[in-house]
Amino acid sequence: MSAVTVESVDRSARRPRYGSMSRDRRWALRWSYFFLVLFAIFFLMPPIYMFITSLKTSAEISAATNPWWVFNPTLSNYVELLTSNQYQIFFRNSVLVSLIVVTITMIISIPAAFALARMKFWGSATLATGVFLTYLVPDSLLFIPLFKMFAVFDDWTGIQLLNRWYVLLIVYPTLTVPFCTWIMIGYFASIPKELDEAALMDGANYRQILFRVFIPVALPGLIAATIFAFTVSWAQFLYPLALTTSQDQLVLPVGIITSLIKGDVFNWGQIMTGALLGAAPPLIIYAFLMDYYIAGLTAGATKG
Amino acid sequence: MAQVTLRKVVKKYDEVEAVSAIDLDIADKEFVVLVGPSGCGKSTTLRMIAGLEEITGGEIAVDGDVVNDVPPKDRDMAMVFQNYALYPHMTVHQNMSFGLRLKKYPKDEIERRVQEAARILDIKELLDRKPRQLSGGQRQRVAMGRAIVRNPKVFLFDEPLSNLDAKLRVQMRTEIKRVHQKVRTTTVYVTHDQVEAMTLADRVVVMNKGKIEQIGAPNFLYHSPATRFVAGFIGSPSMNFLPCRLEQAGEGLNVRLSDTIAFAVPAERVARYRGHVGQELTFGIRPEHLTEAKANGSKNLATFDAGIEVVEPMGNETMVFFTIKGTEVCARTDPNAGAKVGSALKMAAHLDHMHLIDNASGRVL
Repeated sequence: MSAVTVESVDRSARRPRYGSMSRDRRWALRWSYFFLVLFAIFFLMPPIYMFITSLKTSAEISAATNPWWVFNPTLSNYVELLTSNQYQIFFRNSVLVSLIVVTITMIISIPAAFALARMKFWGSATLATGVFLTYLVPDSLLFIPLFKMFAVFDDWTGIQLLNRWYVLLIVYPTLTVPFCTWIMIGYFASIPKELDEAALMDGANYRQILFRVFIPVALPGLIAATIFAFTVSWAQFLYPLALTTSQDQLVLPVGIITSLIKGDVFNWGQIMTGALLGAAPPLIIYAFLMDYYIAGLTAGATKG
Repeated sequence: MAQVTLRKVVKKYDEVEAVSAIDLDIADKEFVVLVGPSGCGKSTTLRMIAGLEEITGGEIAVDGDVVNDVPPKDRDMAMVFQNYALYPHMTVHQNMSFGLRLKKYPKDEIERRVQEAARILDIKELLDRKPRQLSGGQRQRVAMGRAIVRNPKVFLFDEPLSNLDAKLRVQMRTEIKRVHQKVRTTTVYVTHDQVEAMTLADRVVVMNKGKIEQIGAPNFLYHSPATRFVAGFIGSPSMNFLPCRLEQAGEGLNVRLSDTIAFAVPAERVARYRGHVGQELTFGIRPEHLTEAKANGSKNLATFDAGIEVVEPMGNETMVFFTIKGTEVCARTDPNAGAKVGSALKMAAHLDHMHLIDNASGRVL
């Protein structure tokens, strides 16, 4: 009898303090939400402020009222901008440049990545690393030499590329091709080797393996790369600022800044409107392709 | 339908020789299994036949035509991979017809072949599914179907059953044999599992360290291994190897295993072994040829007492383990023989099935 009591006392004394899974989870969730809300506020504040400002007249913007409230909402900024010939030209240039750059990028990157990932040739590994290192050189270092190169090219051949929107078609791929090639090398490398061997045995040549097996299987990765190339082309600022100057050759980011700031007069309402409208296309593309984008960026983490 | 011939085929990776000068003739409609431990060069050999690996030396011929430089797509061979390698974005039907579509076969011909293969493999109801909706066994069938529809000269299997669970493996093994009996295509099959090799093959090629140890029909390899490696590799549980000494005993010979245990060599083998009298050799005998002593009157039985150390009942038989001069020995006894741990059991060695192995060369004498 006494032995039993001693034993039970002993056991309760030694019982470890167990945690509670539900309590841990509650805490984790609380912290997650705290930071999510914090960052949501942090990142959404600017666009919201832009949106509020875009609905105001210039008079109201400069008036000393609550900047977070619109007292006399107006769409005049939108109407003016969308009917302005200039803004339409900027928009057209941006769309043209981005779409063509994306196309060029894909045409170069996909076969390049396939070759670097699959055809083991002499120096392929070094080349793959080299491609990525190219991407690490910042554009702020490159724009002056590039400018000089185009100027010299003009002197030698008489073909003027500077101050033409299509010069960007040559320049942007220097940013997009290396990165897209790099992420697609990773994506292609995650495709099991047996899959191309099976296709080889089935009688496919390299071109057929690429188009009928690799591209369909790696589609999420390709879409991620496409989105990236589009975003980079759409938002690039430094190169067009340096390489194009005439009003009809400008793309959106530069166009808004140069045409809507006259000396020290900032047309804030239209700048905000222009920036908001300019941000719309990537936003729409993201919204539609978000799932693919995420699947693409996390590929290789687990075998798909 | 084709013969495949390998002549002095060598594969080197840098300076490491993965396959060294192997010769192999595979007859038309034959089912040949390459078997050996991992790293023995069997997969490399298969991949060289397929054209997926270049060969460093020698030549590979199909129907007499040297194919060393022929790319895989033009060799007209089909391969089944260990991880199935099905195209994940295609349905089963598309997977199976991919090769034919690449070769621009007419639609109705493709359809006929796919339906026929699906019928053989019993996967008709899966044709519209994607690979991820299939179980391991079903994927394996589809991978085989992809090979069958092509009606190639040669089937190549690279450890096709290794990813399946034990039960399914046995099932698919039978399936593969059944399919081969139907389509009669020349087949080269790679596995590390000697049971698969024994059950499937017309001829087994045992490989070790990049070399062929022995080629032969399954039963021939089992009963007449050429080397100690083959003797140990084929058969499960594997053969017992005991150090021994060959002694003269009057007209005959004795194999002495220990101070107390010596077996008289069967009279018909005396001439064969006489040259090795006095040498230290290895005595090899399979567990099934070591049984409890029973009065069944067969000759060339040698009895001895063994102190049983471990008993493993299997139901239909009982494995017993004991040691002779420090070497563990496995024997198969009748479940009713009464083997008990710690007790002695009178054992009988069936010396018709004994092997003597030369220690230096590893060859069976």
